Amino acid sequence: MKTQNQRAWFFVLPVLILVAFNALVPLMTVVNYSVQETFGDNLFFWHGLGWFEDVLRSERFHAALGRQILFTATILIIEVPLGVAIALTMPRKGFWVPVCLVLMSLPLLIPWNVVGAMWNIFTLPDIGLLGYFLNTVLGIDYNMTQSPVAAWVTVIVMDVWHWTSLVVLLAYAGLISIPEAYYQAAKIDAASNWAIFRYIQLPKMKRVLTIAILLRFMDSFNIYTEPFVLTGGGPGNSTTFLSIDLVKVALGQFDLGPAAAMSLIYFAFTLLVSWLFYTIMTKDEQ
Amino acid sequence: MARITLDGLRHSYMPEPQGEEDYALKRMDLEWKDGGAYALLGPSGCGKSTLLNIISGLLHPSEGRVLFNDRDVTEEPPDRRNIAQVFQFPVIYDTMTVYDNLAFPLRNRGVPAIQVDARVTEIAEMLEMGDRLRTRAAGLGPDDKQKISMGRGLVRDDVNVIMFDEPLTVIDPAQKWKLRSKLKELHQKIAVTMIYVTHDQTEALTFADQVVVMQEGQVVQIGTPVDLFECPRHTFVGHFIGSPGMNILPCAVEGQRVAFQGVTVPTAGVPDVPSGAAAEIGVRPEFVSLSTEGGIPAIVRKAADIGRHTVVEAMAGDVPVSAVLDGTAPEAGSEVRLRFDPTHTRVYADGWLATRETGA
Amino acid sequence: MRPRSLVPILYILFLMLPIYWLVAMSFKTTNEILGGFSLFPQEWTLDNYRTIFTDPTWYWGYFNSIFYVSLNTVISLLAALPAAYAFSRYSFMGDKHLFFWLLTNRMAPVAVFALPFFQLYSAVGLFDTHLAVALAHCLFNIPLAVWILEGFMSGIPRELDESAFVDGYSFPRFFTTIFVPTIKAGIGVTAFFLFMFSWVELLLAKTLTAVHAKPIAAVMTRTASSAGYELGLLAAAGVLTIIPGAIVIYFVRNYIAKGFALGRV
Repeated sequence: MKTQNQRAWFFVLPVLILVAFNALVPLMTVVNYSVQETFGDNLFFWHGLGWFEDVLRSERFHAALGRQILFTATILIIEVPLGVAIALTMPRKGFWVPVCLVLMSLPLLIPWNVVGAMWNIFTLPDIGLLGYFLNTVLGIDYNMTQSPVAAWVTVIVMDVWHWTSLVVLLAYAGLISIPEAYYQAAKIDAASNWAIFRYIQLPKMKRVLTIAILLRFMDSFNIYTEPFVLTGGGPGNSTTFLSIDLVKVALGQFDLGPAAAMSLIYFAFTLLVSWLFYTIMTKDEQ
Repeated sequence: MARITLDGLRHSYMPEPQGEEDYALKRMDLEWKDGGAYALLGPSGCGKSTLLNIISGLLHPSEGRVLFNDRDVTEEPPDRRNIAQVFQFPVIYDTMTVYDNLAFPLRNRGVPAIQVDARVTEIAEMLEMGDRLRTRAAGLGPDDKQKISMGRGLVRDDVNVIMFDEPLTVIDPAQKWKLRSKLKELHQKIAVTMIYVTHDQTEALTFADQVVVMQEGQVVQIGTPVDLFECPRHTFVGHFIGSPGMNILPCAVEGQRVAFQGVTVPTAGVPDVPSGAAAEIGVRPEFVSLSTEGGIPAIVRKAADIGRHTVVEAMAGDVPVSAVLDGTAPEAGSEVRLRFDPTHTRVYADGWLATRETGA
Repeated sequence: MRPRSLVPILYILFLMLPIYWLVAMSFKTTNEILGGFSLFPQEWTLDNYRTIFTDPTWYWGYFNSIFYVSLNTVISLLAALPAAYAFSRYSFMGDKHLFFWLLTNRMAPVAVFALPFFQLYSAVGLFDTHLAVALAHCLFNIPLAVWILEGFMSGIPRELDESAFVDGYSFPRFFTTIFVPTIKAGIGVTAFFLFMFSWVELLLAKTLTAVHAKPIAAVMTRTASSAGYELGLLAAAGVLTIIPGAIVIYFVRNYIAKGFALGRV
């Protein structure tokens, strides 16, 4: 039982100040922008909820949101099962465990723009390893800067490359925490591999997988740097995800009001989905 | 149900064991009767879990064979051996109900649903869990979870042997006793061979018909609880079983005369100590009494009242001897004379019993 | 070799390919890169690395990154340690809401907040300092640190605290001489994740710096956009950004898997 102690707030205070400073002040600024209109020269006028209405009606926002949802759904569908599969097939002990862990963690430790740049170099049609292989050896016409399909596939493969390891690490952590006796009991009970997965491994991984899916959802929904470096949102607008679109609006056109309204809607959406998912996944633990 | 034979069994966890000390399980030949209740007793690390895992098939022995009713099962995986095992920590399938947990081993073997239902209901009644079949197993207490893991073994009517690997470790003391009597009761009802691994002598002695005492990978004695108490074949057994354990006293042997602290001590049987071996007398505190004359002089160091008896610790020279006495105990510091009951006093050489029984 | 080990092997192969290509590029001359495809560098050159190690803009980029990342790791740990202790040991008014609110900060779209961040740090006069980036990264790193540390601390039995207090330890002395050493593995794992997330983040780091604290990743962006033919240089810089992470990961390899598994949520 935890001790009831209001003094605990003093312990939390530094965290509270640091995070609030970084979260609340910018958030208030964004809220402030979202309800005002400016014509430059630091002159602002009250605009009410006008920007929110505009954004919610704008086709541009719908398109970006649609692309974003498609992207996030796709990478979740690929990365989660793939990550689990890799974690399941990884060795549990011995020399190869740290080797696997170190090699698999590498992509997670590369600055995001370097990831974008690396994939750019990797996929250059004439002199990139992948681009050359596809175009010259396999004879597939592959050029990310011209074909939206190629751009999409590349962005997704890049994200799978970049982030599947996070799912692997989490799933693996869940797996190695299962006591040996469970596997022994399952053997004695003549459980098939599928039954072992379904009734032992999956339930034990549920908590870490919830974390993995949440993290991947949040981060992929906010993805900006990697696709921006790789495709710049193109060709056309085909890989312009929400964050990229937002930065275009906010910095490119300096439309602070709509950009702010857009980001609040977008933040609220992320929060809502995360909260729903979290609540459903943890419901029967109470 | 089966008779279990261990034939020339030996096991090492090392790929290429060099000497005897590399073996976690020293060479053993054993035969366990069908329907018996056996306990494997020994301190942690004595190899009892290794032996258990070899019988269940979770471990493949380095040498030797395991036979169930003369059928060699050494090469068979656990699920083909028709055994059940209850582990130290309750292993249950968290997401399933009690019913599904019990039905799991049957469903995996493709048993028709009607039979599954009949069997599960029957076993649940036996375990007194019939009213909780629809509850999620994850929410149950550790004692009920252990009952379910046992039940998963019992549902199979072809089960050869049920093994328990220290099953009461996580159970509350109050529940321990209940669960243990439940086990005993089940054994009497269905007469399946049961092997119970523990380091707790009370658990072993109350559960088993036959107790197998192990030390350092070796079986030192197999016998009924009474055998182990009255006639330990090894000083380890004498010391490990009983509270306080057997007195192990250094002695001098000349021909058939055994002397402790210069006093001749009559023993059961004829001592047969090979020359050069370290000889010791073993006598349980229960068979040490005080006498007014004769016997071994000693000074009482302390006396502890343990309810119906008093445990007296006395120094015979520089050797401590314990005695369990009825009635009032002598005060600390007083001089007493100790007498050993000759029928329960034995001579051991290098730890092993070294008497030839006479007459009897 | 069992067939199932094919899955991790293929996956690692897939992970290594782009990295290999980056490394290979970094040893090629510009002529060779533009001259056409070659699987291995035909004439090895260290020119790209030489440029980086001799040009102050480049190598200062490194120092800047390492400096603010370390600073952030220290600040986040110092702030998160007592907070995580409070969450793991006490219940207090609003604790659950606070915990969830902290986690939501990982959801904030950083791209959105770039401009307000710029204004905020300009207003307090920290723009273009290492401290600015280190503080800004607290936004997502402190919640992470609290979350992981809380998990480790909850694994330490409360009796440890109680017996120390009975023995007459004051709270600060108990915390620094007993508690912190007890969870040092947890602190190591946390530091690793803090380092990692601060090291890989670029958007805020770029927004909050101009000259003096400019991170290596931002120096690269300039190269990437200004000159396509400096691919070799870009690749060499990229390779160098992987190295600090690789070193850190080597030291904590045995703890990584544990790190997240022990966290609450």
